[in-house]
Amino acid sequence: MRRLDSKLGALSSLPMLAVLALAFIAPLGLVAIFSIMPEKVFSIFNMPNFAAFKTMADQGYYKSLLWSLFMAFAATTILFVICWPLAYGMAKVFKRFALVVTIAVVMSLFVSENIRLFGWVLTLMKGGLFEGYLRHWTGIGFNSPLYNVGIIIFGIVYVYLPFMLFPLAQGISMVPDDARQAARDLGATRWQVLTQIDLPLAAPGIMVGYLLTFVLAAGAMAEAKILGGRAVIVIADDIQTAFTYGQNWSLGAALSMVLIVLIGALAIYGIAKIDLDKIMGRG
Amino acid sequence: MPAKPILRLRGVRKIFGRFTALHGIDLDIEEGEFFTIVGPSGSGKSTIIRLLVGMDEVTSGEIWLRDKRIDQTPANLRPTCMVFQSLALFPHMSVGQNIEFPLKLRKIEPAKRKARALELLKLLHLPEHYYDKRVTECSGGERQRIALARALAFDPEILFFDEPLSALDYRLRKSLEKELKSLHARTGKTFVYITHSLEEAMVMSDRIAIMKTGRFEQISDADEIYSKPVSRFVAEFMGEVNLFDVTATAGRIEGAGLSAAQGAATRPMADKIAATRGATLMIRPEYVQFLQDGENADFEVTGTLQGIYALGSRIHYEIRTESGQILTVEKLREDRHDGREGDTVRLGWNADSAHVIEEPAFEEQMA
Repeated sequence: MRRLDSKLGALSSLPMLAVLALAFIAPLGLVAIFSIMPEKVFSIFNMPNFAAFKTMADQGYYKSLLWSLFMAFAATTILFVICWPLAYGMAKVFKRFALVVTIAVVMSLFVSENIRLFGWVLTLMKGGLFEGYLRHWTGIGFNSPLYNVGIIIFGIVYVYLPFMLFPLAQGISMVPDDARQAARDLGATRWQVLTQIDLPLAAPGIMVGYLLTFVLAAGAMAEAKILGGRAVIVIADDIQTAFTYGQNWSLGAALSMVLIVLIGALAIYGIAKIDLDKIMGRG
Repeated sequence: MPAKPILRLRGVRKIFGRFTALHGIDLDIEEGEFFTIVGPSGSGKSTIIRLLVGMDEVTSGEIWLRDKRIDQTPANLRPTCMVFQSLALFPHMSVGQNIEFPLKLRKIEPAKRKARALELLKLLHLPEHYYDKRVTECSGGERQRIALARALAFDPEILFFDEPLSALDYRLRKSLEKELKSLHARTGKTFVYITHSLEEAMVMSDRIAIMKTGRFEQISDADEIYSKPVSRFVAEFMGEVNLFDVTATAGRIEGAGLSAAQGAATRPMADKIAATRGATLMIRPEYVQFLQDGENADFEVTGTLQGIYALGSRIHYEIRTESGQILTVEKLREDRHDGREGDTVRLGWNADSAHVIEEPAFEEQMA
């Protein structure tokens, strides 16, 4: 009976496996193959070489990769710090009001990212909503805060907030109240409760939030283009250019592979680092 | 009473919204005492302990620990500590880390911490190699001991317990009750224990407080609470009991189905009953005798034997009296009554084993 069950299980997963293979594994394989094709070819039936990787190293593409990773790291860390109190409130304090916060945050996802970012441009640009009215009423203007690294990080923080907030709230809700109370009863200050009870016990949620936002932010492009006005070029932008204007699929594929391998390694490391079962107390 | 009490509550009230959980409680707990608060759920016993450890704030009133008023002191600055109902062990730490937690907070050096933890493991009959074990791998009884060890590592002035044994199975509970009592004797600490199980309270405590709807009904030792309860509530809470509404006129005690002898033995009781607006006569099941022909007792009742239940070492009988009341009688197996269901039996007991509760019957309280 059990054998039959497991056979049926395998069978019923077939359609999903087929979709995954076609829509996920196959394109990935294609990109991997293109990355070792000679440059400026549009077929995979060529003698493989590593010219694209060499171009990448020679022409300083590592800079955009580093910018992407740096901004993703900065934004993720800022997100963690600003989301923690809000997530704590949602998980432990707000009760029914938590639903209001959830809906408010989710609503922002209903509007396309690009439109929201252009909204910020109109708000912040010289002669925009802030500066324009201020100058109109007081005569004092200021330079637009747009088009620099800081505003790109702000944009990433703004767009990916839900992806940090919800996993964190989930992680915090896993911390048993009585463990927190017991620590306090045993003499822990609020700070000690945070560092020795809350953070380690919410670690799965923290890790998921970090991974999600970091992976998304490292591949983000719209913030740098729209808010940053290409003050710095991010890796995703380079990839897009290589595939489109550059007509250099091999270079685009090589850049993609580097990003995929880096992020993939990080994700696997992160997931291996947290033993969900152990933290959940299922030893 | 010896010396000054270690813990004093004066007029402690706690109100949640419109609900008053505690109505101005006064209580003195002596140094080194094993004090147990017993009550059904919702009686306010958990509220008291939360106020005592600082997890909730009093609405009004004062809590004094020796010469220090502590009701406004945050939990982490109070020199007391609690063993939680859930134990509240830290699942991400080993047994040793759990026990050392309070010592680590005080920045005690690792070698000393470990020595103390191993000492405590020994005190609680846990093997030394448990030091590195994960708490999630320990059994219920072991976790209990770890929680105790952690609380003792804190070295509290008073150790509070919030029903820590309620989740365990019967046999383990029984053995841990005795262990707790011996631990209390060995450490000499003041234990304040909360439970809904009277049996648990009776086994361990020096004194017991019975709580009902935010007030103490009676505070006394186990023996007195069992044999001389101040109210029907306490009498019924303390296990099986037979209660009769009684009145007395001119030295004669009257109650439905009850025939009482008149004389020197029952006279003081009759006077006591006569002085109240209503009273209840209480007799515990083990004091009721099956009367043989020609045998007499101060109080007698006739009825039909309608149920016999074997409880192991004891046998439990149910008798329906002529007035329709159900009486319970308990005998040791060796003193069993050789009767059958349906038999008519005469039951009796003497005045010295009965007790008068000076409290009007339920209907009159309502009026």
